[in-house]
Amino acid sequence: MTYLRGHAALVAQLAGQHVVLVLVALAIALAIALPLGVMAARRPRLGAVIVAIAGVLYTIPSLALLALLVVALGIGPLSAIVALVLYAQLALVRGVVAGLRGVDPALLDAARGLGLSPRQMLLRVEFPVALPVVLGGVRLATITLVALATVAAWIDAGGLGTLIFDGLAEHHTQPVLVGALASMMLAIAADAALRGLGRQVQR
Amino acid sequence: MADPRSGGAQVVLDGVGVRYPGGTLAVHDVSLTIDAGAFAVLLGPSGCGKSTLVRTINRMIEPTVGTVRIDGQDVRARDATLVRREIGYVIQAVGLFPHYTVAENVAIVPTLLGWDRARIAQRVDELLTMVSLEPARYRERLPRALSGGEAQRVGVARALAAQPRVLLMDEPFAAVDAIVRRALQDQIARVHREIGTTIVFVTHDVDEALRLADVVVVMNAGHVVQTASPAGLLAQPADDFVRALVGVDAETRRLVTERPLLP
Repeated sequence: MTYLRGHAALVAQLAGQHVVLVLVALAIALAIALPLGVMAARRPRLGAVIVAIAGVLYTIPSLALLALLVVALGIGPLSAIVALVLYAQLALVRGVVAGLRGVDPALLDAARGLGLSPRQMLLRVEFPVALPVVLGGVRLATITLVALATVAAWIDAGGLGTLIFDGLAEHHTQPVLVGALASMMLAIAADAALRGLGRQVQR
Repeated sequence: MADPRSGGAQVVLDGVGVRYPGGTLAVHDVSLTIDAGAFAVLLGPSGCGKSTLVRTINRMIEPTVGTVRIDGQDVRARDATLVRREIGYVIQAVGLFPHYTVAENVAIVPTLLGWDRARIAQRVDELLTMVSLEPARYRERLPRALSGGEAQRVGVARALAAQPRVLLMDEPFAAVDAIVRRALQDQIARVHREIGTTIVFVTHDVDEALRLADVVVVMNAGHVVQTASPAGLLAQPADDFVRALVGVDAETRRLVTERPLLP
């Protein structure tokens, strides 16, 4: 841990970049996955196609996807964020679909019968009731992104992966270990925070 | 029956037929006039079309042919969600919003209608009292902390919140045990006498129908087979189906249904 003592400021800075990468990607990913998930939940056939596509995206090796994105968008955070947004879709869309499909049909019948419009049903009934399950998807996506974001350093997008790639290049194990451990700690912290939020939401 | 102070509206079904996609004929050419303030019970075996028929009244299901009129106005003349806000709706599964308190559940329709806070709060207490749930004890509870009977009382209060002139109840008490069901039946009969709203009540339970109804509408295979008062139904069943439905112990039932029954 001598490395950490000497480079605390650098590690903190890279961890900050890492968090920003993940949060930006997660926000964009959610903005896409929510409407996509609603569509998928409403129409089972279309839903199967959407989830299948998200599943295929998820199987693309991350280095290959980044390489392709660099060709299109150049090196830097933009390509990294696009990759993370794509990888997050599977967990997020699945969470939204499972959450919405799990809403008791009797509840929807009552809501419609009371005179809620389709939009009011979605915002006041379906989303709130589905929220714990949706948050489960968010949690899974977040952990995945924290781990995947380390690869972003390969295309100069910053983050804790920088330590890993630099360590590899210099045949120096300590920065690799510090980068990996810090990334794991971030993932664990995010997981715990979202678990706590999930419990709050369930009252 | 056009008493302006009456809390109920007249419901007229005129040649209503419902064919489901796929061709199944659920309701066949039903014409029926339910007087303002009446307690009408649609009675029949499961699958006879009674639930489908009652759901055409608040446009949950659109008839394939025919019209539904409430106080003379075609329900299709206005937006379906607006029509529904003026019609109470109670279902067997209750469907309370699990993330809302009892008070918030009862307040749903008044909130949609834009009532002010004070008026809503007062109305919620009034309604909980009406269904025998002490407001101070129940207001802040979540639905999961209620028994089946309590939940359906809240369901009834919620349906009555905005003073609907028509209340639709689809097998509302079928999921609770016999003792609770009896209490809920007494309760809805009392509420009906107090507020005089027109009730259209669906059940497959003959005793329930005879106990509650001013007029019983017997349905079978999508058709109305008889429309009569409970006493009329027992005295003169229209055909073998009705005779079999009201059963062998029609004589006992006649004794049970002699009015006044309720305290």
